Amino acid sequence: MVLASIFESGVSIQFYIVLSTILFAIGAIGVLIRRNMIILLMCIELMLNAVNLLLVAFSTYFGKADGQLFVFFIMVVAAAEATVGLSILVMAYRNIRTTDVSIFNKQKG
Amino acid sequence: MAVDQLIVMILALPLLGALINGTIGKNLPKQIVGSIATIVMFAAFGLALMVFNSNHEEKIIHLFSIINLDSLTLNARFQVDSLSIWMTLIVTGVGSLIHLFSMGYMSHDKGYYKFFTYLNLFIFAMLILVLGSNYFMLFFGWEGVGICSYLLIGFHYSDEQKGMLNGLAARKAFIMNRIGDLGLLIALFLILMQFGTLEYREVADKLLVENMMPTTWMMFGITLMLFIGATGKSAQIPLFTWLPDAMAGPTPVSALIHAATMVTAGIFLVVRSNFMFETPGAQATQDIMLYVGLATSLAAAFMAMRQNDIKKVLAYSTVSQLGLLFVALGMGAYTAAMFHVTTHAFFKALLFLGSGSVIHAMSDEQDIRKMGGLKKYIPITHMTFLIGTLAIAGFPLLSGFYSKDEILAHAVMHSPVIYGILMVSVAMTAIYMFRLYFLTFHGTFRGTEEAKHHLHESPKSMTIPLLVLAVLSVIGGALNLPGVILSKGTHWMSHFLEHNTRGLELIETHHLSNSQAMLLMGGAVLMTLIILFGAFVVYVKKNSVAKADEELKGWELLSNKKLYFDEIYNALFVVPVEWISVKSHQFIEMFILNKSITGFTGLIGKSGDVVRKWQTGVVSSYILWMVVGIIGLVVYYLIKF
Repeated sequence: MVLASIFESGVSIQFYIVLSTILFAIGAIGVLIRRNMIILLMCIELMLNAVNLLLVAFSTYFGKADGQLFVFFIMVVAAAEATVGLSILVMAYRNIRTTDVSIFNKQKG
Repeated sequence: MAVDQLIVMILALPLLGALINGTIGKNLPKQIVGSIATIVMFAAFGLALMVFNSNHEEKIIHLFSIINLDSLTLNARFQVDSLSIWMTLIVTGVGSLIHLFSMGYMSHDKGYYKFFTYLNLFIFAMLILVLGSNYFMLFFGWEGVGICSYLLIGFHYSDEQKGMLNGLAARKAFIMNRIGDLGLLIALFLILMQFGTLEYREVADKLLVENMMPTTWMMFGITLMLFIGATGKSAQIPLFTWLPDAMAGPTPVSALIHAATMVTAGIFLVVRSNFMFETPGAQATQDIMLYVGLATSLAAAFMAMRQNDIKKVLAYSTVSQLGLLFVALGMGAYTAAMFHVTTHAFFKALLFLGSGSVIHAMSDEQDIRKMGGLKKYIPITHMTFLIGTLAIAGFPLLSGFYSKDEILAHAVMHSPVIYGILMVSVAMTAIYMFRLYFLTFHGTFRGTEEAKHHLHESPKSMTIPLLVLAVLSVIGGALNLPGVILSKGTHWMSHFLEHNTRGLELIETHHLSNSQAMLLMGGAVLMTLIILFGAFVVYVKKNSVAKADEELKGWELLSNKKLYFDEIYNALFVVPVEWISVKSHQFIEMFILNKSITGFTGLIGKSGDVVRKWQTGVVSSYILWMVVGIIGLVVYYLIKF
């Protein structure tokens, strides 16, 4: 209850927006510049969670439950995505003995 | 059985034969293949006789609607009346005999089963043509017989020496018929536009009962287009040159399709549509028909005089007789034309089958200059061929005498000039037929020793049809005896067909007096006898033979070269079209089309090369582009609002 009162009174919505923007940017830049596939997956997860944070924040701000509902969906999807992504990663590693994505350039025109 | 079922069975039987032989015929023995095809024909003929005996009331048999639209209904319907049942009798009757003949004639052929499949299919299409109750069914059958004719003319397309020529002859027949068919198709569209229906009966009712009077130009257009359709199928000037070439097909085909049945489809079409040809606007078409028929009759008879291929002579003779028929139609003598169609089917089928028997005996030799004196070796063929020759030449009391005489009598009533020209054509007919007969069967044998050794009379399956047709050629005239000889029982066929045509009233209103008729007959008989005697003197007593091609000059060369019709058509149509084709290949195809198409593909290829550079295959660079795009969009909307 104490925590809730702090949220309601002290931390305004702008902080959440800024925080999640920073998190999203870190995730995006990570995806762009890193070559390791594990890092890539983690960065994607970071971006998803930045969005989640924003949704929860707005949900509280507007006093509606829709945003929180969405967050659950995203979590489920993210979990599934992480599972699939990690299994692809494992298979790729078994075959090519590396987790570097820069060698996946077979689609070069 | 009721007429309905009988008609459906008559149609189904040849189709069934074609289906059986066409699917499993290859694996059946030849006797069974031939028997199936022949038996279905005889059965169909028997059923046709039953229909003929039952009654002569007009009856429409509706099977199903093919297309049913607001403005257009096409029905699969059959009309059973005197005209259609008479044509059915000719087609199935003569057809059965020719099937029987083919069993012997084609016995050495590899494509035996194919031949009988096509033949049965042809009969089916021809029956649809004559039995259909509307112009659409007629057109269906019309195209059906056309394709069968094409297939059968080019039947020996893989022959080593003449295969190519056979294929070309088939193609020529097909293309020439297309021109006529276009005319028929336009006529169909015009009829549909004017009357809103294609049923013979409804069109006739609108014209005759409801007194609907289209403009004279409309009627002229419809009838002229119908006639153009008929010129293609029935080999009239200017579309006749395919018929002599069609002799490339096996001889039974020439007998069945190119003499007895298919080529009379044009006559049938005009007789069927006679209610339209009697309207005011169609008078001009009738005149055109008359003069085209006259010119064809004369020209073809002239060409036949110096042909040396036994089948070519008969082919030109057929063209000439068809011309005579169109003269009759042009004068409105529909029953006379139908009568001559009937007798012509008998004696021309007989002559063709006889020539087939001769060719069979001569080991596929067709040149009459290499024959001669054949009467000793093939007596039955000789006798029947003689009867056919006499019948077509108009020898007294044989069938051709009566049927020609009736047309000539109409010509006298119409105009003496036309009668005179027709007599010339008839005289030439007698001349070339006796020339053919004497050169083939009299004198001494002019072929090789080997061919002489091989001479033999044909098997029974070939001689029986010859004998039957010979009997029919003799007594066929009894179908429509003129009123001169007897007082009762005459003009049976005119009475039989009176519902369909106005032939009867023509006979009864413009009757020639007995003395006039006797005079006409006497003249014709005298002429035939003189020509017979003359030909006998020239070809038997003096023993003159046909000259070699190089020795011909003057009119003989002109006749031998068919008045240069083929050469003229070649120069007029084939050469310019080929020139245009070659030029458009060089300029339009190679230069304009090719260049523009290759230029276009080149452009796309080049632009692809440029765009391809962006596809680095590195995933992160794609994501970079995506992020840049998203940022760009966000920035754009931020600035905008």
